[in-house]
Amino acid sequence: MRQIAIYGKGGIGKSTTTQNTVGALAESGKKILVVGCDPKADSTRLLLHGLNQKTVLDTLRDEGEDVDLEDIMREGFMGVKCVESGGPEPGVGCAGRGIITSINMLESLGAYTDELDYVFYDVLGDVVCGGFAMPIREGKAKEIYIVASGELMALYAANNICKGIHKFATTGEVRLGGIICNSRMVDNEYELMEAFAEELGSQLIHFLPRDNIVQRAEINKKTVVDYDPKADQADEYRKLAQNIDGNQMFVIPKPMVQDRLEDLMMQFGILN
Amino acid sequence: MSLNEKNLNAMLDQYPAKVKRNRKKHIVIKDSSLAMQEIEANTRTIPGIITNRGCAFAGCKGVVLGPLKDVVHVVHGPIGCAYYSWLTRRNKAKSDDPEKNFLTYCVSTDMQESDIVFGGEKKLVRTIDEVVEIFKPSAITVSATCPVGLIGDDIQSVAREAGKRHGINVMAFSCEGYKGVSQSAGHHIANNGLMEWVIGQGDLEEPPGKYAINILGEYNIGGDGWEVERVLKDIGYTILTVMTGNGSYEELKNAHVSQLNLVQCHRSINYIAEMLEKKYGTPWLKVNFIGIRSTIESLRNMALYFGDPDLLARTEEVIARELARVEPVIEQYKKICFGKTAFSFVGGSRGHHYQGLYEELGIETVLAGYEFAHRDDYEGREVIPQIKTDADSKNIPELHVTPDEKRYRLKISEKRMAELQERIPLSNYKGIITDMKDGSIIVDDLNHFETEEFIKLLKPDIFSSGIKDKYVVQKMGIPSKQLHNYDYSGPYAGFNGAVNFARDISMCFASPTWNFIDPPWRNTPLLEGTIEEGEA
Repeated sequence: MRQIAIYGKGGIGKSTTTQNTVGALAESGKKILVVGCDPKADSTRLLLHGLNQKTVLDTLRDEGEDVDLEDIMREGFMGVKCVESGGPEPGVGCAGRGIITSINMLESLGAYTDELDYVFYDVLGDVVCGGFAMPIREGKAKEIYIVASGELMALYAANNICKGIHKFATTGEVRLGGIICNSRMVDNEYELMEAFAEELGSQLIHFLPRDNIVQRAEINKKTVVDYDPKADQADEYRKLAQNIDGNQMFVIPKPMVQDRLEDLMMQFGILN
Repeated sequence: MSLNEKNLNAMLDQYPAKVKRNRKKHIVIKDSSLAMQEIEANTRTIPGIITNRGCAFAGCKGVVLGPLKDVVHVVHGPIGCAYYSWLTRRNKAKSDDPEKNFLTYCVSTDMQESDIVFGGEKKLVRTIDEVVEIFKPSAITVSATCPVGLIGDDIQSVAREAGKRHGINVMAFSCEGYKGVSQSAGHHIANNGLMEWVIGQGDLEEPPGKYAINILGEYNIGGDGWEVERVLKDIGYTILTVMTGNGSYEELKNAHVSQLNLVQCHRSINYIAEMLEKKYGTPWLKVNFIGIRSTIESLRNMALYFGDPDLLARTEEVIARELARVEPVIEQYKKICFGKTAFSFVGGSRGHHYQGLYEELGIETVLAGYEFAHRDDYEGREVIPQIKTDADSKNIPELHVTPDEKRYRLKISEKRMAELQERIPLSNYKGIITDMKDGSIIVDDLNHFETEEFIKLLKPDIFSSGIKDKYVVQKMGIPSKQLHNYDYSGPYAGFNGAVNFARDISMCFASPTWNFIDPPWRNTPLLEGTIEEGEA
């Protein structure tokens, strides 16, 4: 079983990319569990064809300690198992602690069965506190992919996440598997992203072009491979899925200092 | 053996260089030939050092708020903080209305994991509603524990809303344990709250009797406050309120009409004393009711402040009567105590207060210090302008009061104030260092390692501190007297208290226990082996 965590700047398209990639992997026959680690609980919407999932934490709150796996796990597209950890309303409580509680709960309920090929964790925004680092602590997810684009803030966030990975990698087994570019059509984006990934000591695992079909599929509450299996963009997700499946390059990233990051942007003509 | 710079250095050399540099600033050997001796205090304890200090929650709920008896004190957090601050301090209370004494109850929101994740505000609302329904207290305090600050529960607005809903005073104290460097931060937070939300809320405009006073910083540990009150009432004082031992919310509301405020524990309550002076024009007098001589001096200073010949005469009458009664009893104990030495490491004022009592019994205090005091408690209040505020103390909000337009009254003329200040500690505290003998040691935030080392060097006959170090010291063969909670005894204040203390200390010395303390390793070897012939 490979456990993979997807991180990246808020709004970069983590949930969309994760679900589309998972859709493509499932299509090729893989058994997958997706754990949404975002209080908004929207990480499995496309796989489940809508937000009809009761979250782990809501269930825990309503049912007390007496929770069954069936209460919180649903099967979606191609048998993908979906769990949303959920969390408090914005501005109250501790969402990070919620993630910890939720993952511990899943473990004790035996959600991680041997037949699974993959577990994907879709984690909110930046690594904001210990709770959101939970999937990469204690050897849960050992592979990280960061979704980024050629915009400075996205790269800045990605670099920051690498600092987090670096911290846990030196004391544990977690490694960076690569950078996924979710294109924003920025000038020289492909070259910039390759250089960025290389500077971190990692790789650009795939460059996803921008395509409106993603939005159309999303409105229809579906992944692209589900909505229009023949579309070019479906092939792009299949390619990304293939690359992840065959990935051999797992590294401890070397995060950059801020100046170096800006130099890189300069070099590729973004800041001019 | 006395301590000098050389063996102090040898002791501190066991620390890493940086720690040594830090700790050295917290240790002073008294030398009266110097104009002033600076000591570092109220700074962070170095991580890894085993300190006696408590936390902001302990200072706020445990020390200052907790003793108010007609108030229900809600601890918002997981159950541990409420449980371990439940009556452990021995602040006693009696109430005329037995249904209005809530000190024996332990009230907590008992936060569970889901409350941490989803926020604990709703549970706090429910708890307050239940408290009102069950107990109908005069007021409610809510004290925050660490996780509450981390998850950002807005306890202030919950308290405000609950207050409106129930028509009683509900006060929230953001005294999360991690605030500040010790419990001292919590004292300050509690002082601000009581000043802002309680004192002055009463209707009284004039004192209800002659010589109206408040006693500040007296927590009635083991009944200390009752013994002090007995004597003061006998002399003719009207005691409005005691802050906060055996204190009540209803009395505290009218604390503004006093003519004089007494300050026993300077560290924990000087904020209120100062604010009362600014807002209502009432001076405060530093008193010390521990020890016969100190008690007498405090009584005489009080009488001098009021300057009434009848009061002066009555004071002397009571003193003479009490002395005649207790002196013969104490005499027998002095024989046991004479010539002994003591360490006195307590709190933020007792480390100082008990030295006089020890001295009366013939015991010399060779080392003293405070857990959580500030520089002014060591060096005197004149050092306050020089104290640099650091990030830790800036973290605690400062309450600024202005003279109350209706209620501000100058209690004595400025001229008389200046005259009195020459003679008595009026709105002043001179600190611990000035009262100590040359060569004695003053240590701030004494820790486990230094405790053992100083004991080995100075071999005191008695060690007075708290529960955290008591048994370590007793295992070293030295009697240890808790001066936080008095080891289930007391009162130790005033005339009767001095007798109790002399008796208890004498028992410590006379106990045959110390003859039996022979740890197994003293007489048996740690390793045993035999020499066998064999290959060389």
